[in-house]
Amino acid sequence: MLERIGARSVDELWGAIPPEFRVQGSLPVDAPLAEYEIARRFAAWAESNADAQHYACFLGAGVYDHFIPAALRALTSRSEYATAYTPYQPEVAQGTLQTIFEYQSMICELTGMEVANASMYDGATACAEAAHLARGATGRKIVLVSQGVHPHYREVVRTYAAAGSFEVGEIPLERGATSIPALERALAPEVAAVLWAQPNFEGIVEDGAALTKAAHAAGAYSVASADPVTLAVLKPPGHEGADIVVGEGQPLGVPMGYGGPLVGFFSIRKSDVRRLPGRLAGVTVDLEGRRGYVLTLQTREQHIRRERATSNICTNQGLMALANAIHMALLGAQGMRDVAVQSAEKAHYLARRAAQVPGVSLLHGDAPYVREFVLRLPGPASDFLRAAEKRRILAGVPLERFDRARSRDLLVAATEKRTREEMDRYVDTLAEWAKRHATKPVEEAAWRS
Amino acid sequence: MAELTLKERSVKGHRGPRLLPLDVPAEGLEKLLPRERLRTELPGLPEISEPAAVRHFVNLSVLNHHIDKAIYPLGSCTMKYNPKLNDEMAQLPGLAAIHPFQPEELSQGALAVIAELHEWLKAIMGMPAITTQPAAGAQCELTALLMTRAWHAERGDAREEVIVPDSAHGTNPSTANQVGYRAVTIPSGPDGCVDLAALKTAVSGKTAALMLTNPNTLGIFERQVGEIARIVHEAGALLYLDGANLNALVGLASPGAMGFDFAHINLHKTFSTPHGGGGPGGGVLCARAELEPYLPAPVLEHSGDRWRWSYDRPRSIGRVHSYYGNFGMLVRALCYVKTLGASGLAEVSREAVLNANYLKARLREAYAPSHEGYCMHEFVLSASRQKPRGVRALDIAKRILDFGMHAPTTYFPLIVDEALMIEPTETETKAGLDAFAEALLTIDRESKEDPERVKRAPTETPVRRLDEARAARNLTLTWRDLEAEGDGG
Repeated sequence: MLERIGARSVDELWGAIPPEFRVQGSLPVDAPLAEYEIARRFAAWAESNADAQHYACFLGAGVYDHFIPAALRALTSRSEYATAYTPYQPEVAQGTLQTIFEYQSMICELTGMEVANASMYDGATACAEAAHLARGATGRKIVLVSQGVHPHYREVVRTYAAAGSFEVGEIPLERGATSIPALERALAPEVAAVLWAQPNFEGIVEDGAALTKAAHAAGAYSVASADPVTLAVLKPPGHEGADIVVGEGQPLGVPMGYGGPLVGFFSIRKSDVRRLPGRLAGVTVDLEGRRGYVLTLQTREQHIRRERATSNICTNQGLMALANAIHMALLGAQGMRDVAVQSAEKAHYLARRAAQVPGVSLLHGDAPYVREFVLRLPGPASDFLRAAEKRRILAGVPLERFDRARSRDLLVAATEKRTREEMDRYVDTLAEWAKRHATKPVEEAAWRS
Repeated sequence: MAELTLKERSVKGHRGPRLLPLDVPAEGLEKLLPRERLRTELPGLPEISEPAAVRHFVNLSVLNHHIDKAIYPLGSCTMKYNPKLNDEMAQLPGLAAIHPFQPEELSQGALAVIAELHEWLKAIMGMPAITTQPAAGAQCELTALLMTRAWHAERGDAREEVIVPDSAHGTNPSTANQVGYRAVTIPSGPDGCVDLAALKTAVSGKTAALMLTNPNTLGIFERQVGEIARIVHEAGALLYLDGANLNALVGLASPGAMGFDFAHINLHKTFSTPHGGGGPGGGVLCARAELEPYLPAPVLEHSGDRWRWSYDRPRSIGRVHSYYGNFGMLVRALCYVKTLGASGLAEVSREAVLNANYLKARLREAYAPSHEGYCMHEFVLSASRQKPRGVRALDIAKRILDFGMHAPTTYFPLIVDEALMIEPTETETKAGLDAFAEALLTIDRESKEDPERVKRAPTETPVRRLDEARAARNLTLTWRDLEAEGDGG
């Protein structure tokens, strides 16, 4: 090969790199390892983590331990999908393009919207991009975010807002749901959008119609961050007039994966299609009149429009969007509904039984919830978590993570995978633990109130 | 015959895998939730059996070109082979079925994976600060420019502009704009590199940063990078490395030594994680020590004998991802570097450069190279000699598809007329390179003898050229749109 090139050595090809920029000697990293040795080391790392096969996982907060069909794993592992690039040569990418089209279609069926893109990085950045879209569409500068939106999503929205394109205000919760009076007070003529979550971070089902109505009355966009599993039974924000519906697609066939890779979905009304961030697949015909698919309206995108693009996103989460599409296809409408119904039934079973434990209550009383709820405990939630871990239970997400004052609040999720035995074990563990705390008179007073 | 859609395959009553019967007393949704919050009808999803669904997706999959089938020489995209072991490791239940909010004490294995990958990547880049929270390269750019903003703001030194060479990727100016900077484009010199005179004219007290790809998108190493860094730093601005072309440098040259303040890595390019038909990516942002406080929170720290996430980062720009980034891609990347080791990583870069130069040497007689001399891991040809015969870069790209290979990147960089940007990567064999060269030489002959053959290509692909204008004019973006117009075809 060198002869053909006309070079004496491979090093000669490197002549353009001045010596001072070169690595001297070899990198200070390890020597190569064989496959079986690597497998041994990764197995050791894997075994030191608590996984959902060995622990009953009641964690949620945006990432859920739902059932993933074996056929889904087999299909998404196929080289044809996993090792293909972005479908810029559509004649040899019809598989990827048609699955994007089917994904877009199914997301719209769930959210009640007209157009969905080919995916965003995750639920958080989908919220940030939605805020950006609304800001551009309305020409207004303020985005009001409900405190029912995932605290991390709110942080990401603030990070993106720091670029100066919009400002962020927050709307508090009242009995677990976004306060409509507080929202109405905050709605000013400069408000571009109201961002809310369905169900919200505390598990409560919001009054989407009222939130959207309030936003629209002030000329602002209503933007919902919705959970795709519960959308199979809850009224879709799109049917209530929302302008943008985004969310985290992980619950639809994507492993929890320590929080990534995830996938954000992003759906809008057709009238905003030219403001849409990211890729979009559409139907067309080929030279012989056969149906085919292409990426369309690419003039919105960075590789064509450069500094005037609707977003800088290029690589998205395509393979995870494919997993979403396969998941929805395999489960179908009835299967999706079954998952949502069973999750709801189990969450209510667990919540009811947990709330019967002396000292434990449902923080938001009788506010409606689906798959997730907040327990108020008679002692520190972190202490209960440790007790539960000993019984192989990951008992929930302590809300102290997000607000130091909430040391006794625990966010608990139940999916269709949790068994009655696991939930009964959960409640028994909670009862034993609570009994120890109930002996303290201070705590007793607290849980009576 | 085109593949039907799932909706068209839907058969009433068919369904895939089922759940166990509910094992707790059923209350019924109407008792659990207010009626007005419930959806009144099922979502319009298909009804399809598992075998039918599997056939649907398998039959669609085989319409794709992919790296396990044949060469995928997309310039600046680094379509290299994705080792199977990496996927297997990422799918271990102890790394895949773990929750981002489980206690750190029960996630030490995951944190150790991230920490060890960080050590490898810091050594490779020659830079001490790192985050793997961004999901992809473009988000690294956004993160770095937000950090730049914060860094200048802390000095009371508001800046307005980000300079990008005219050979830059579209994400660079787009990110600059998204972060509230004005993108200022500077021309490349005749050698394809940054024109220092133009840079000096463009740089001022308004400049926040220069975003540079090195090697640049012409496959040429910016040998003046030391001087570029000096000019940028003297103006109080920061220098960003777009790492799209890092596959030429790993183990051989150090971005830290070149004076970059930031450098991003695309794990899905250089470190072999699968592209997935468009994603997920894996974004890594490295930075020089002074910029470490501005990294997105949380940051991984070691204390005692444990790894922990540190959230106490008062100068951080904040969070850019829901959790900790694309963890599954970090697992794969660590598996990749451990397989190669120090010696293998350098060998990768050498082979990538050798392969590119070999292809360039084989093709230069038929196709005009954008620049003479050795290239790094990629090079750009122009179809300028074919154009007078009526054959354009687009036609050549489409004709390559008929040979069962993928086309190069076309019409990029924008500064080369009829550009064909070719990056073979190190994972192509000589036989594979020869086959690709033969295909391109055949196409050149066809352009002289039978140009129509090239212009009507592809003919051997699942579909022929597609009417993109029609797709944009007549937006058909969902099943509902398709049904509304009767078919679409």
